Amino acid sequence: MDQQMVMYEEEFKQISAICERLTREANAKAVLLIDKNGQFITSHGEVVGNLDTTSLASLAAGNVAATSGLAKLIGEKEFPNQFHEGEKDNLHLSIVAQRAILVVMFDQRSSLGLVRLRVKKTGEELAAIFNNMIKKAQSQATATPFAEITDDDIDNLFSE
Amino acid sequence: MSFINYSSREINCKIVYYGPGLCGKTTNLQYVYNKTNPEAKGKMISLAPETARTWFFAFLPLSLGEIRGFKTRFHLYTVPGQVFYDASRKLILKGVDGVVFVADSQIERMEANLESIENLRTNLAEQGYDLDKIPFVVQYNKRDLPNVASAEELKRMLNPRGVPDYEASATEGTGVFDTLKSIAKLVLTELKKGG
Repeated sequence: MDQQMVMYEEEFKQISAICERLTREANAKAVLLIDKNGQFITSHGEVVGNLDTTSLASLAAGNVAATSGLAKLIGEKEFPNQFHEGEKDNLHLSIVAQRAILVVMFDQRSSLGLVRLRVKKTGEELAAIFNNMIKKAQSQATATPFAEITDDDIDNLFSE
Repeated sequence: MSFINYSSREINCKIVYYGPGLCGKTTNLQYVYNKTNPEAKGKMISLAPETARTWFFAFLPLSLGEIRGFKTRFHLYTVPGQVFYDASRKLILKGVDGVVFVADSQIERMEANLESIENLRTNLAEQGYDLDKIPFVVQYNKRDLPNVASAEELKRMLNPRGVPDYEASATEGTGVFDTLKSIAKLVLTELKKGG
């Protein structure tokens, strides 16, 4: 079973800065980071405002899950990188620290080679942050912000 | 597993609707989608091209409001019900926070219900979850049809643990929101305990 994922301000800033840099260095239209279970984490890039990031997160996670299933069928642990080529826009998906998916959207202003190169380095940096986060979550397992919520708080969500 | 983001002050939870083929899982989501305010929902995705049958998953993101300054978001997923799509079902169960079992109340679907709930137990166990311990709600759907088993009989067969259960007709909407509220509450209560 996966460890509960808790993202604090500090890690979020680091992750956002890394994604922003990747967008620049890879000449990408957008960079998205997604939890492997389909939860959107963060995004950067010129087209992000027009993207349905929630849907993209869920479909990308489904895609990676299905592809990992395919990998296992042929005796591979997973396929860590995927590339989808469109007429104008392309998507590169890679698994980070077994917990997240890094999605890079790019067009002819960039190239698959450049994206792969930049993603490799970025993936390693992100993996280090994620591994720290997981360690932190394990050591602070009892410190959930929800420990103090009451039944009334929960009921109020449904009061309308 | 729920995902708590202190930076954006959001909490994201994943709920999966499980059940035999054509029991009304996607219809549940469709009804929730139709009856929810536009600002509270995202786009509904249904991977069911050409037929009424989901082959991978259907997905609906939903915002429920704030608890102690945290936006609560629920991601509702359905699995494909047909027996031979087991690989897809396993994938969708990954990282689940709560499960709704949608039973088809029609007498001729009793065996399919039992087979599906056993399959749920097995697939959860593979991921390290115990059906007797995770937030779980049962819905007896299609109560509007003529040829249905009694609620008592369904309860005895499908809900020996006595989790919250609801009679429903997803096409008409009866019981759909009761089911959703119930599972959302159980998931949040579980979070309160510290996941």
